[in-house]
Amino acid sequence: MTEAASLTPVNLITGFLGSGKTTLLQRLLRDPALADTAVLINEFGEVGLDHHLLERIDETTVLLQSGCLCCTIRGELSSAIKDLHARREGGRIPFFRRLVIESTGLADPFPILSTVQADPVLKHHFRLGNVIATVDAVNGGIQLARQRESARQVAVADRLVLTKTDLADKRTTETVISDVRQLNPSAPLWRAPYDPLDAEALLSHGTFELSDKSEMAQRWFADEVKARWRRYGNPLDGLNHSTGGRLSGAGEVHGHNPSRHCDGIHAFALVFDKPLDWTAFGIWLTMLLNRHGTAVLRVKGILNVAGSPAPVAVHGVQHLVHPPVHMTAWPDEDRRSRLVFIVDSLDRALIERSLSAFLQSNGLPDVTTRACPVSVS
Amino acid sequence: MCALCGVLGNADHWTDAIARPGVFSRNSDAAERRRERMRRVQCANRVLKLYGLKLSDWQGSAFLLSTATGKTEIVDHLAHLWIKAEKLTGRLCDPLDPALIARLEAAHD
Repeated sequence: MTEAASLTPVNLITGFLGSGKTTLLQRLLRDPALADTAVLINEFGEVGLDHHLLERIDETTVLLQSGCLCCTIRGELSSAIKDLHARREGGRIPFFRRLVIESTGLADPFPILSTVQADPVLKHHFRLGNVIATVDAVNGGIQLARQRESARQVAVADRLVLTKTDLADKRTTETVISDVRQLNPSAPLWRAPYDPLDAEALLSHGTFELSDKSEMAQRWFADEVKARWRRYGNPLDGLNHSTGGRLSGAGEVHGHNPSRHCDGIHAFALVFDKPLDWTAFGIWLTMLLNRHGTAVLRVKGILNVAGSPAPVAVHGVQHLVHPPVHMTAWPDEDRRSRLVFIVDSLDRALIERSLSAFLQSNGLPDVTTRACPVSVS
Repeated sequence: MCALCGVLGNADHWTDAIARPGVFSRNSDAAERRRERMRRVQCANRVLKLYGLKLSDWQGSAFLLSTATGKTEIVDHLAHLWIKAEKLTGRLCDPLDPALIARLEAAHD
C-alpha cells in the first residue's frame, strides 16, 4: 500500500447557510459505501442541532460548536481529529476509513484544509479529499452575488451539489448554474434531488489523489480545456502569430467579461507556448501566494516543464499548494502549459505580465502567454 | 532540528516535495537536490537584487538572505523567503507591483 493510500481521506462539505449541507450529509451517510465514515460537524450557535438531524449519534460523530472552524475554534479542529485518530487506533471506536467535516455556512474552507494539510501530526495520518460545496438553487444567485464567503466556497470546491432544484423554476436554476460556472468552471455538478447522488463519485476519486493521479488529472484538465474552448474557441485561433500578440478579448461577449462575478472574483486561463522553467515558476508562485494567497482562490494547471518529458500538474487553494503531480502522459495532443486561476480582485493582466517577466528574466526569451476567461457551457 | 546548531529543519513545501511515485520533485537525490538549490539561488537573486538583497546557500540545508549592510536572516525554504525579505527590507515584496514588473522587463530587454 502506498503512503498516500494509507492516509485517511478528509472530505469537507461546505456551502452557505441553509444551502443543504446537513441534508446532503444525511443522504450520503445512508450509502453503504460510507458505513465506515467518521463525521465532524461544526455549528456556529450555542446549541448544536445538525448532529441530531443526521440521526446518527455514535462515537464517530463529533460536534464542534460555539465557534467557527475557520477562525475561533480552529485549534479544536486539530484536537478533535487527533482525538478521533487516537481512539480509532486504540480500538475505542469503530474503525473508520474516511472523515467528513461539515463546516458552518460562514466558514472559509481554506483554514480547514490548511489544518489537515499542514498540522505536523495530522499530515502523517490524514490527507485531503474532495471539497464538496452545496449551492441553494433558490437563493444561490443572491448569495453568490452578495456573500463573499459563498463565492469562495464555490470557487474552491472539487464537487458541486445544487440543492432545492425542485423548489426553483428552470430559469432560476439555470441562472444559478451559470453563476456557479463563472466561479468554478470545471467541478462536476449534481442537481439535487433529481440527480442520483453517488457517494463514491462525490467523496472519492479526489482530483489530485496520487493513487489515481494521472487519469484524474487528465480528465480534469481535458474537461476544463475542452469546455473552455467549446464556448470561447481555441485560444490560438485568430491569434496573430507574426506579432506574438495576445488573444485580445477572447471569450468576451459584446464587451462583457462573462468570468467576472461577485465584485471581483473571476476565472481566467494562461497558456504558454514554450516549456516553463520549474525553478522560476516556483519562485514566482511562492512570491505571489505570500503576498496575495488569500485572493488566489484556486490555481490549477498542467505544465510543460523544461527537461521533463511528462507534464506536471499543479493545484493550489489560497496559500496551500499540493505536491506537484507528475502525470504519466499528456491528456491530448496539446503540449502547451495551461494555468487556470480563480482570483478575488486581482488583475489578470498584471498576473500574466508578472509571470512572463519572471520567466523571461530567467533566460526564457519570447515567452508567449495568452489569457482567456474560462467557463463552460 | 540540527543537534549541533539548533536550527529548525525544513518543513514541507511544495517546491521541495518528498520524491515518491507520482510526485514531481527535484528532491530525488543529493546531486539533483544540490543543482536545484543552486538554480533556486540564481533565480531568486535576479528578483531579490531589485530589493537590495542577496540569497546564498548555507550548507545545503538552508539559505542565508542578506542586505547590502550585512543584516542576515536564515531562510529554511521558499515559503519563508519572501516573509524574511519583507522583514529585512521593511517593504512589501509584491510580484504584481507594476514597478517591479517593469524593472524585470527592462532587465530582460
